[in-house]
Parts: sequence; C-alpha cells; structure tokens
Amino acid sequence: MSGHSTYEPKSGLEKWLDSRLPILRFTNDTIITFPTPKNLNYWWTFGGILALMLGIQIVSGIVLAMHYVPHVDMAFNSVQRIKRDVNFGWLIQGMHANGASMFFLAVYVHIFRNLYYGSYKAPREVLWLLGCVIYLLMIGTAFFGYVLPWGQMSFHGAVVITNLIGALPVVGHSITTWLWGGFAVDDPTLNRFFSLHYLLPFMIAGVVALHIWALHVPGNNNPTGVNVTSASDTVPFHPYYTVKDGFAISVFLILYATFVFYLPDALGDAANYIKANPLVTPQHIVPEWYLLPFYAILRAVPNKLMGVIAMGGAIASIFVLPWLDTSKVRSMRYRPTMRLYYFIFVLDCIVLGFCGAHSPDDPVFPISVSLQLLDANLNSFVWLSRIAALFYFVYFWVITPLMGLTETPLPVPETISSPVLSHPAATPAGAAASPEKRG
Amino acid sequence: MADTVAGASPDHHVSGDDPNRRDFIHIATGVAAAGIVGGLAWPFIDQMNPAGDTLALASIEFDLGKVVEGQQVVVKWRGKPLFVRNRTAKEIQEAIKGDGADLRDPATDESRHKAGKAQWLILVGTCTHLGCVPTFGGGEYGGWFCPCHGSVYDTSGRIRKGPAPKNLEVPDYSFLSDTKVKVG
Repeated sequence: MSGHSTYEPKSGLEKWLDSRLPILRFTNDTIITFPTPKNLNYWWTFGGILALMLGIQIVSGIVLAMHYVPHVDMAFNSVQRIKRDVNFGWLIQGMHANGASMFFLAVYVHIFRNLYYGSYKAPREVLWLLGCVIYLLMIGTAFFGYVLPWGQMSFHGAVVITNLIGALPVVGHSITTWLWGGFAVDDPTLNRFFSLHYLLPFMIAGVVALHIWALHVPGNNNPTGVNVTSASDTVPFHPYYTVKDGFAISVFLILYATFVFYLPDALGDAANYIKANPLVTPQHIVPEWYLLPFYAILRAVPNKLMGVIAMGGAIASIFVLPWLDTSKVRSMRYRPTMRLYYFIFVLDCIVLGFCGAHSPDDPVFPISVSLQLLDANLNSFVWLSRIAALFYFVYFWVITPLMGLTETPLPVPETISSPVLSHPAATPAGAAASPEKRG
Repeated sequence: MADTVAGASPDHHVSGDDPNRRDFIHIATGVAAAGIVGGLAWPFIDQMNPAGDTLALASIEFDLGKVVEGQQVVVKWRGKPLFVRNRTAKEIQEAIKGDGADLRDPATDESRHKAGKAQWLILVGTCTHLGCVPTFGGGEYGGWFCPCHGSVYDTSGRIRKGPAPKNLEVPDYSFLSDTKVKVG
C-alpha cells in the first residue's frame, strides 16, 4: 500500500502464489517492513489495542449469540442463564460486557492522542473521518448491545434514546414507531436491535480496513508532528512496533482482566439486574459511562429538540475538526498555549461525564449556601453541565480556529531525527536501520 | 496514440449509423435497475413498521369498577402504561381552575375527558419528554411527577413545569357502558 514493496518471494510456492494472489506481499508490506517513524511513544499503541478489542468483542459476541434468546419473555433469563449455567458463560459474558468499556476506554485514548499530536491534519483528514465513522458505529453497537439483557436500565435507556428521535418535527413520531415496530419498545424492537447488534461490528471491521488503508498511504504521524523525510527517520514495523504494541497490549489486558475477574459489575448499573418493566421507570436513568458526556450535553439544554441538536452537534464538531484547525503545526509539543486549552478540554470532557452521571438538580458542592441567580440554582449539575457544554463547543469552534492564527509556536525540528541527533551521544543515522537484521 | 484515435473514429461512425438500438438497451437496463431498487427499497423499509398482529392487539377493554375514587390503575396498552384515574371532586376543581393558568400546551380540562365523565381521566402514561413513566400524585399540582427529568403534570395531565413539551396524551377511547371503556 505504501507503493514500494520490498517483498521477495523465496520458495517456488511463494513465487507461484505471489503472481496469483500477492497476499504474502501485502502482509509483508503492511505489518512487517512497513516504514514507521522511529519515535512513536506508547500513546501510539492504542490502535493495536483497539484492533484486539474488536476481535475479542466479535468472537465473544458470536459465542454469546449461541445462548441468548432475543424475546421479551426470555431475554433477561437467558442472560442470567449464560452467567450461571452455561459452561464458562460467566467468563465469556464478562469479557463481552467489560470488553465494551475497555474498547471505549482505548478509543478515547486514541482520539485524545490524535487531538494532542494533530494527527487529523492534512494529509490524514480521510483517516480521521473514517475513525469518526468507526466511533459512531461503536456508539450504535454499544447502544443496541446494552438493550439486549432486557433489564430495567436496558429497557428505559432504549425508551429514552428512541424518544430523542421523536423530538424531530413532523416526521419524528413516524420514525420512532418505525424503529420500534410497534407503539412502544417491545418484542419487535428487541429482535431488530439484536440483528443490528450482530451486524454493526462487521461494518466496523470493514471501516477499520479502510482506516488502516488510509493510514498506510501517508504513514503514521509521530510525536514531533514533522513529516518523515528519509529512511533514517523510520524503522520497520516488525519487530520494533509489533513488540512495543505487544507489550502495551499485555499491560492493557491486565487492566481488562482486573475488571472481568474482580470487578465484573463495577461498570454496570444495579438496576439492570431487575427484569424490564414498562410500567415502572427507575428513579435515575443513566447511560453507560462512555456516553455520559453526550448525555450531559443533551440535558444541559432545556428544550427537547435543541438538546438533541446540541448532542448531535457535539459529535459533528469532531468530524469537521480538520477544517476548523488553522494551525500548520501538528504537535502540541510546539504549541504551548494551545496545549493549555487542550488539557482544559480533556478536563472539560471528564466534567461533562461527571455531570451526566448525576441528577441535574443535585448540588455540585455540598454547601448550604445557595448560589441563586434569578430562578436558577447555580450550584447544580445542570448548570455545571451548561458551562462545560459551552466550553466544549467554544474549544472546537472558537479556540481551535483562532489559536492557529494568533499563537506563536515554538521552533519545530526540521526532521524527526534532529532532536535526537543534537544529543552528543547520538549514534550515526545509518546505525538505526541495522538492528532489525538480527531479528 | 494517433492509431487509437484513427481506429476509434470509424468505429464511432459505424455505431453512429444505428445509435438507437444501443441507447435503448442502456436506457432500458438503467430503468429496470432503478425500478428494481426502488421497488425493493420500500418493502425493506416498511417491514420495520408495526406488523399486522401488533396492530390487531392494539385495543383493550377495561372495567372501571376496579378503580376507587382518588386512585389510579395502570394498565398495559400497546406496550405502554395507561393511566386510568378516578378523580376526586377536589382534583376536578383544581383541574378546572388550571384552565386559566399560563399553560405550555393549552387545553381545557373539559377537552381531556368525555362529556359528563369528569371523574374519569384516561391518559397514556409516558412522559412527553423522553418516555419515562411519571409517578402518581407527585409534584406540586397533585397530578404526576416524572422522576427522570422533573416534569410536573397537573390533575388534568397537563404539563406545568419541567422539560416536557406536551400534555400527557389522551388516547382514543369510548365508553361501552357506564363502567366499561374500550381503548384504541
């Protein structure tokens, strides 16, 4: 895909295959010899972690589908049966449910790494857009999957989210009925959500293939953000990054295993251990943690339709980021002022998540002094989420375009190698390419 | 390059003698393909709408004798809760008083029950905000209170406070006798 293949078929069989289906050449050029910037740090290992998580979710999900029953009378019990009676069902179900959280954790690190090092900028806009599509598909898959256990939170979460579409003028009501396949979230809804939950991961896999293709055209960005200028700036993907990714995956799997084996329900909601009852709504409806920031933005707006638009706009802002950023400098290493705003933005997203988890009227600070302004109590999560949501949009639509025009970035190194080679003890440039010959 | 052009142009003239036959095949194929796609798109979209048996189960009969004055019974109808409330004289008085208030979704109390049946209030029990089930008797108007996002309804089921845009929906129903209603 990089255009210059170094693959040389050795045996007769390899030559025969190479002239018919050059799959070994493709594999070699993609994950063996692919020239990769030599300065990638551990924030770059999350792509590999994400590929692994997608694989785990698909494999464990296919197994769970062998035991799950998508029917309103049986779905809840069938999930409990998987956990209690199916051989190793507790393990596979735990891997799948916690795997979703780990998948989102990894994707958020991956996205924030992109933001920090400016990986979305030219020539990687299509790569970024494909990543955004993957993220949207992940949200859809996670939503459909969360409905399947048919607990109270599954059911009422589905009610609330599908009702969001009802906020659309004129067609909203018909679309919700069409989505439900009835007059409420019911058996037809559960069946189609199961079907879609099975479908979407394969669509994600397809877009991931495009994502990797789009990555291999310009190649990886790197922590300095400067382009690769010569072969001495790169090392072959194997063994350098297969080993580095492998180590990061091992550490990540320890965290994952901690949840699966020691805290299997820590990230879930206790209300989902009560079978769905359409006649009683749980006191406090919250989505899973990874969607809380968007839920907070939705609730920050007092008008139903405008809330839905704000939530959609929050996701849409991520898509158009490459065209909002006016700075030519990719890495925030050389943008000290922007870096400050970036860290506030990271904090802001965490604050939004925190707001989404609390009741809108709950006080943020446990103080008896009321911060009353007209008829609004400023010491409430709804007001904190309003401020945080405002900053979210200001970061994308005001700070990002303006900073590129007004800031003075620090001097950017001419090549990836120059910050390294300026060090007196640095090895000659040619030496960097040789160690892989031993492996 | 010149060869290709020289070779191509006589070809073009040969086919130019009878352009209609080839054009017809192109257009006919295109139209057929569009027809197939269009004809199949609708069935594949419409299959997700409520099925015949779902629609057939859409009406229920309910005996009002089960509901004591001042109380409410929740029945499942079309997969949603249905509130059947037997209102007290005081609650009816308060509802009528509310007619003059500044309402978000203006409606008189009279328009929300059948003529001469003011005590019987029959409503779809889903909050018009995001579909949660409001709790009976909650909120400062003594009607309903939605625990999800704090919408407050009065004893006529009209929205008075909170994020919900509309009053609780009145379903299609009719009295079969003094004590029996058919909903849907």
